[in-house]
Amino acid sequence: MIDPQRCLFHTGLTSIQGPLIFVRNAQGVGLYERVEVRAMHDDVRLGRVVLIADDKVIVEVFQGTEGLSLGEARVKFLSESILLNVGPSMLGRIYNGVGAPIDGGPEIVARRRLRIDGNAINPVRRVVPREFIETGVAAIDAMNSLVRGQKLPIFSGSGLSHDRLASNIARFSRLRGTQAEKFAVVFAAIGVTFDTAEHFRREMDEYGAMQRIALFLNLASDPSAERLLTPRVALTAAEYLAYEEGRHVLVILTDMTNYCEALREVSSSHGEVPSRKGYPGYMYSDLASIYERAGRISGRPGSITQIPILSMPNDDITHPIPDLSGYITEGQIVLDRELDRRGIFPPIKLLPCLSRLMNHGIGKNMTHVDHPAFAQQLYSSYAQAHHLRLLSSVVGEEGLSAADRQLLRFGERMDDEFIRQDDFRRTLEETFDLGWMLLAELPDEVLVRLSDDQIDEHIKRHRHDS
Amino acid sequence: MSRAEVFLINGPVLKARPDGNFQMKEAVFVGDDRLIAEVIRLDADAITVQVFEDTTGLSPGVLIAGSGLPLAVELGPGLLGAMFDGIQRPLRAVAGASGDFLGTAVDVPSLDRERQWRYQPVVDEGTEVSGGHCIGEVAETPNLMHRVMIPPDVAGTVVWRAPAGSYCIDTPLAGIRSAQGMVEVSMLSRWPIRVPRPFRQRLALRSPLWTGQRIIDTLYPIAKGGTGAMPGGFGTGKTVLQQTLAKWCDADVIIYIGCGERGNEMAGVLEEFPGLEDPRTGRMLMERTVLIANTSNMPVAAREASIYTGITMGEYFRDQGYDVALFADSISRWAEALREISGRLEELPAEEGYPAYLPSRLAEFFERAGRTKALAGQESSLTVVGTVSPPGGDFSEPVTAHSRRYVKSFLALDRDRAQARFYPAIHPLQSYSEYVTSTAQWWQHHGGVRWAERRERMLALLQEQARLEKMVKIVGRDALPPSQREVLVCAEVTVEGLLRQSAFSHTDRYCAPEKQAAMLGLIDYFTQRAHELVQAGVDPDTLLTLPVVRRLQRMGEDIDNESLADFADLTHALDDALDALASSMQQKSGEQQAVGE
Ligand SMILES: Nc1ncnc2c1ncn2[C@@H]1O[C@H](COP(=O)(O)OP(=O)(O)OP(=O)(O)O)[C@@H](O)[C@H]1O
Ligand SMILES: [Mg+2]
Repeated sequence: MIDPQRCLFHTGLTSIQGPLIFVRNAQGVGLYERVEVRAMHDDVRLGRVVLIADDKVIVEVFQGTEGLSLGEARVKFLSESILLNVGPSMLGRIYNGVGAPIDGGPEIVARRRLRIDGNAINPVRRVVPREFIETGVAAIDAMNSLVRGQKLPIFSGSGLSHDRLASNIARFSRLRGTQAEKFAVVFAAIGVTFDTAEHFRREMDEYGAMQRIALFLNLASDPSAERLLTPRVALTAAEYLAYEEGRHVLVILTDMTNYCEALREVSSSHGEVPSRKGYPGYMYSDLASIYERAGRISGRPGSITQIPILSMPNDDITHPIPDLSGYITEGQIVLDRELDRRGIFPPIKLLPCLSRLMNHGIGKNMTHVDHPAFAQQLYSSYAQAHHLRLLSSVVGEEGLSAADRQLLRFGERMDDEFIRQDDFRRTLEETFDLGWMLLAELPDEVLVRLSDDQIDEHIKRHRHDS
Repeated sequence: MSRAEVFLINGPVLKARPDGNFQMKEAVFVGDDRLIAEVIRLDADAITVQVFEDTTGLSPGVLIAGSGLPLAVELGPGLLGAMFDGIQRPLRAVAGASGDFLGTAVDVPSLDRERQWRYQPVVDEGTEVSGGHCIGEVAETPNLMHRVMIPPDVAGTVVWRAPAGSYCIDTPLAGIRSAQGMVEVSMLSRWPIRVPRPFRQRLALRSPLWTGQRIIDTLYPIAKGGTGAMPGGFGTGKTVLQQTLAKWCDADVIIYIGCGERGNEMAGVLEEFPGLEDPRTGRMLMERTVLIANTSNMPVAAREASIYTGITMGEYFRDQGYDVALFADSISRWAEALREISGRLEELPAEEGYPAYLPSRLAEFFERAGRTKALAGQESSLTVVGTVSPPGGDFSEPVTAHSRRYVKSFLALDRDRAQARFYPAIHPLQSYSEYVTSTAQWWQHHGGVRWAERRERMLALLQEQARLEKMVKIVGRDALPPSQREVLVCAEVTVEGLLRQSAFSHTDRYCAPEKQAAMLGLIDYFTQRAHELVQAGVDPDTLLTLPVVRRLQRMGEDIDNESLADFADLTHALDDALDALASSMQQKSGEQQAVGE
């Protein structure tokens, strides 16, 4: 299908609409093929063929159509998909949103050129992720454990400390009981401010980890349609690092809300029938083509773990962006404005959090044989405490029984002592110990998720201590 | 064969100028790579096709070749234990041919042509046979006899037949002289995915699809041959529940369709099922399972086809006389695929961008479930259960609302329960089943004496609990009289003790009928005794502090299916504790009386 001989296409455009340009009569053009659009001066922009009809070709221009004119713009069809050069020494570098180095360093010596769209992993070749990652964050390790190859997003709100949490996770994370392995972080800034990206870079630098990081920056001031490429470019780099260099790659994508907004903008310029809130009906599939690139592949040493960050518009978890993401990812960590206001960091709102792969990575031989019951009991008691908190705000604490008051107190201590940990790393053992101690404050009758043996082993010990 | 030249390419949708005749729903091949596609619209001077594979790089002018046949699946030995994509490409063989990633066109047959199967004929030459008639058998697994059947539209006399022996699936095994001429029958047959396979008649539903999940079997049963939907927001437990049913339900064959969901979930099934035993046959679960995986990042048109591919396989095993259960996760992703293709065709949308034909397609799909008498007379069933993923967890959206019209068992998953890690998070008051009367008989014969009556009582209790919870929110629990707090206590014990059931607990993930009956009986007994005690003046909240009541709330995971005697022990312990409470009560009131006198 590739025809290197195909010439420059000088045709006059028939129309420009938002990020789309319409070209007449392009013969032999292939769907999704890479296009270069040359404006009057020497500025070359990247585009892609998105529809081909009898009399026209529609090209999506990722770097904006500002300044293009019908008469003068020239279009070149390149007979290939959009590709990324990958090769050794990709780490420790900074790239723009389409994967070109912008740190003044040399070009990447391309060992391969990979399609940024990637291909779906054949499900029979996947390995179920089960290696527990100790993130050092108690609310995650104990109750929403992360495993290698998982996609676990942070659902946040504007102004909340998701970036701080993400960089803590990137710094603290380690596998238990192993030495440092080939580890890398790919950070994709999607429509965020320069400060956010710079802050992350500095944090990593201080930690001496810069040599293991690749940063891809599409900043707020960059063209919005380019955001459609940035996560794909970053994941293509991650796939190279994971599957060819054998590294365990943590991919942080921030902020996926900006990505979705770009998607909506481009979709509406196509005149597509929108689904909820103006977002395109295919947004689920589109997001899946990004998130599903996390995982492990049988027979290949590396892995891709994703932590996408998204800010929920109006803190609304039912908004299409968090909603569709939640339907694709393997759980979510939700941040809460109220905890944040109370000065609790990380402000993790436990109840809506979930890690679906947790059961694969915890328990006997992995963390602790009683870890599942421990997490269940913490959750169930915390949910009860939450319920009682709402109740007592109406009827007052006097309306509650003694056991209920103990539960209330438990809930408060969970917020203040368990969830709150500021920027300190907690080992899993410390986390377990703290959790059992808090549970020991509760009477046996509410500990129905624990067996008698578990109560004897973990709870009684703490009761004796106190 | 007819040909057509492509002039429009819009994602998976192509338009082409035909040369020759095409039919609606005809399978066609695009370009030199022979991408598989299907005709979805015919106009005077154009055909429209949807392509089931990646169309990247396709150019106008490329040729489409007709096949003259509708899109069909291959049926025969080799289905069980395999994993296919939405248009029945065998994913293991595809991986063998093209590596870890999908995408490049590969040409591998759906069912292995090389493998030989031991075949045993069961008819002799000269036998009169007709559609559905079994002519021979293949033990596809030690537990499932694959019956080689005469195609539905063929009738005649067996003029020759192969002797017992090992054959490949496409080797002719019998010749039938029919009105249309000689027909050769092999193990392999084909059937168009969008056409229901014929049967002689529909039968009334009689027994439950036994799932081993208490909240389903005891409260909201699904009948064999029935339909069910499980709607719920993300993370409420739909997939875990579906997989749990696929593992433990008492069907002979399971069709599990991952329709637009996660790759890791399918990998999980592949990893787990081969190591789990069917509690009834002792064979590995994978041996009775066909997997169809068209994950969210695989081509969207093939996702649309996947549920038809699956249900056609289901009907095929049903026609052999087996009880089949089909699980589709998720119906919503299928509907979205429909919406996406419809959008590219620029059809006029109805609700929320879905095409106006969404409800009729849903109805057609669920109608393919049923208990039937096959053409050859066997009675068997095909049960269909789908998950629904409503945007924002809102059940009024079109896919949930329309599914609800066509399914008879509705298991609503509740976000609050899931967040409290209460599983299965099925909401007992928002769910319903129309199979309660048809399965009551069955319970009578399986230890569930007085099942219907106890079930009613339990539902009434839960209903009353919901009403009282509202009052508690206003006045506080302590303000309620003992009789009402008694209801709350009994409901809490019921919910924790009976309805909670972890899919990950080795003892409790599957609950046998006898254990369920014992647990229901025990909870019912506790409720009655609690009532007597409260009448006698015991404070209901003290019941919760009894160690034996803690045991009651943990009995599901503490007592396994084989240790039914432990329930008798638990009953005695309960009696002892409650008797002690009653007598201390009498003593106390005796003392009070004495003081009063
Ligand atoms: N019956 C159960 N027993 C124990 N845990 C459960 C059960 N059901 C669900 N869970 C827990 O809840 C998590 C989410 O469940 P599941 O993946 O089935 O949700 P879902 O409704 O399919 O979500 P989505 O719509 O996003 O696919 C599981 O990973 C598991 O930890
Ligand atoms: Mg699911």
